[in-house]
Amino acid sequence: MDLSLNETQKMLKNTAKDFFTSECPETHVREMETDQEGYNKQLWEKIVNQGWLGVPFPEKYGGFGLSFLEFCILLEEAGRVLLPEPLFEAVLLGGMPIFISGNEKQKEELLPKVISGESIITLAFYEEDDLISPLSVQTKASLNNNVYKLYGTKMFVPNANISDLLLVTARTGKNDKDISLFLIPSSTEGITISPLSTISSDKQFVINLDNVQIPSSNLIGNENNAWETIETIFDMAAIGKSCEMLGAGEKVLEGTVEYAKTRTQFGRPIGTFGEIQRHCSEMATLVEGTRFVIYEAAWKLSNNQNASKEVSMAKSWTSDSHTKVCAIAHQVHGGIGFTKEHWIQLYSRRAKAAEIAYGDANFHRNKLASLLKL
Amino acid sequence: MRFAFTKEEDDFRQEVREFLKNELPKNWDGVAGNNLEEGASDNEWEFTLKIRAKLAKKGWLTMAWPKEYGGQNASMIKQVIFAEEMTLARAPGRDGFGIRMLAPTLMIHGTEEQKTNYLPDIAAGKVQWCQGYSEPESGSDLASLQTRAVEDGDDFIINGTKVWTSSAHRADKMFILVRTNPDAPKHRGISFLLIDDMKSNGIQVNPIIDMADRHNFNMVTFDNVRVSKKNLVGELNRGWYVGATLLDFERSGVEYSSRCLSLLEELIEFAKTNKRGGKLISEDSNIKKEITELYTEINVSRGMSYKIADMQSKGEVPNKESSMSKLLGTVLEQKVANLGMKMLGLYGQLGPKSKHNKLQGKIEQEYLSTVSATIAAGTSEIQRGIIATRGLGLPKG
Repeated sequence: MDLSLNETQKMLKNTAKDFFTSECPETHVREMETDQEGYNKQLWEKIVNQGWLGVPFPEKYGGFGLSFLEFCILLEEAGRVLLPEPLFEAVLLGGMPIFISGNEKQKEELLPKVISGESIITLAFYEEDDLISPLSVQTKASLNNNVYKLYGTKMFVPNANISDLLLVTARTGKNDKDISLFLIPSSTEGITISPLSTISSDKQFVINLDNVQIPSSNLIGNENNAWETIETIFDMAAIGKSCEMLGAGEKVLEGTVEYAKTRTQFGRPIGTFGEIQRHCSEMATLVEGTRFVIYEAAWKLSNNQNASKEVSMAKSWTSDSHTKVCAIAHQVHGGIGFTKEHWIQLYSRRAKAAEIAYGDANFHRNKLASLLKL
Repeated sequence: MRFAFTKEEDDFRQEVREFLKNELPKNWDGVAGNNLEEGASDNEWEFTLKIRAKLAKKGWLTMAWPKEYGGQNASMIKQVIFAEEMTLARAPGRDGFGIRMLAPTLMIHGTEEQKTNYLPDIAAGKVQWCQGYSEPESGSDLASLQTRAVEDGDDFIINGTKVWTSSAHRADKMFILVRTNPDAPKHRGISFLLIDDMKSNGIQVNPIIDMADRHNFNMVTFDNVRVSKKNLVGELNRGWYVGATLLDFERSGVEYSSRCLSLLEELIEFAKTNKRGGKLISEDSNIKKEITELYTEINVSRGMSYKIADMQSKGEVPNKESSMSKLLGTVLEQKVANLGMKMLGLYGQLGPKSKHNKLQGKIEQEYLSTVSATIAAGTSEIQRGIIATRGLGLPKG
């Protein structure tokens, strides 16, 4: 058992921390909340030039040849500064499904584009029923003369406005799990994209597919065989999101402790009061507890071990704990913290969005219960 | 012991219900999606004032006042019933600052002139007051406040900054705590003044937008603002104790449980009629467990409020009970919002502006705006301190 980072991982973490701290200040996060595109092209290019989009992919596709675990380290640092640029999405929802289930030709063609930033690919999975389940997929695809026709509505699709390619799940057979995955250029006729206004001011969209036609060669993986891929992707996404929460939680803890040391009431720093000490120690305990469960799951996923239980434990714990960390931070900050001007609310609004993304705590508790055969 | 209402109390509840049914628009959903005047839009504020005038005419706003000031000397239980019905219906129009805080203070500490000048307009619901207490450096430690009032002939001249001033942008007048003797111990150099016109020269009201994008709080700055000495309430430098009288008009806190119950009932209905993953939300065992837990906790909170009302109607003075009621009630507000979030899944992140939202996006708003519940008007930490020291007699830290 060794819980420390190796040299490569340490270097990656430090480089990422320095980079994000200087490139993504609070002003940038606020600016992107109201920005039409929601990301800054120059910053995105810098991230691409670091090679970070290729971290979990093999070198033959232009990647770094590291693993999902190292990408998690990056996400933790991105989460610390609330990076608005789509690092998480482009890699885990765009590149990863192709890497996992695409054929060699597709991988050779698409992965270099993802890694070099030439393409941004997003995943359109969710629909009106937002539970993660094959039954929720109602979008239909039918094959005729080597052309698939798709009809349906996709919800909560991240970054669809800046993605040139969409990965779309659709129902292709009669059985519950007869789901297939299609690669569709977002400019294809029959696609309309409209924005959602969200609690975290991020960029999510509704996509309507009305007689969208694509050649059968755009099928990723085999027909009726995508559900397993989706499950793996959502396991990774749940852990990736948890890593972002971990980084954010550390920042919230640090900032709150700093405030408790400097804010004076009753003639002394509020950090000297038992109530505030109790709050800070609870936050610290929650954040610390998070690190272990997340990285255990990340490590297992990276080593191709079954990590279903670990993923569900990690996401249910982190969903609860990070929201709680932010709630306590609000309590310590008092009035100033719930103003729009203060930095804490940037974190607590995103905490709620992260909590419900890729399965909330109840979803993962239910999943864990069934894995435990309860 | 008797856990039932008298016929008169039941009749009164019915009367309030009927009144609200007639006065509120069909499918009324409260101001800004809940039942607070806080964050009301201009139209909603206009409506709030309209309802307030009608409530005044009914005599309900002042029912707790003594008869000599035009009140009804109504029992605490009747007041609780009124608060409950208003809150359950998400009806706007009650007046916390004027009716329930300032007026009782004036009845005890005010001069005859002040009583004649201010009480009738408050009773008629004609004037909006706001409360100038907190300052940027004086939150929980209110007695350290620094806003200065210096005597100048027949006037005081005020300089300083107040913050978290709810509804200052709607208010006509303000009651304010100011420092009149900087050399005395902190509790003994404070005075309680009335500012007659929020539009006076030197007063600037700056909005504080909260994380739910609402405008309820303000920062108010005073730059050489003149206030007549006639507007001093109680003795000079005794303002802390005048201000503290406000706190003795304990409120039962029944609004917490009513507000929670009205939202929880809406959520239960939603859970029974909406599906996720092909199953009714109400079939989710986690959700079921949380609903039943919350339903129970809300009832406990309601019971606590009734206990306070019962104590007061017997002439007993609640102290730790009020703190417990706030401590429990405010957490419940956050819990109900959070349960709503869990039921809505990814839709929880969609607010009122989104056309794809569920329950009109109110859960997102409730979630964000109840962050302040455990902070405003005495933080949970301060309440726990009161329970420990005033209630349980533990030594002060």
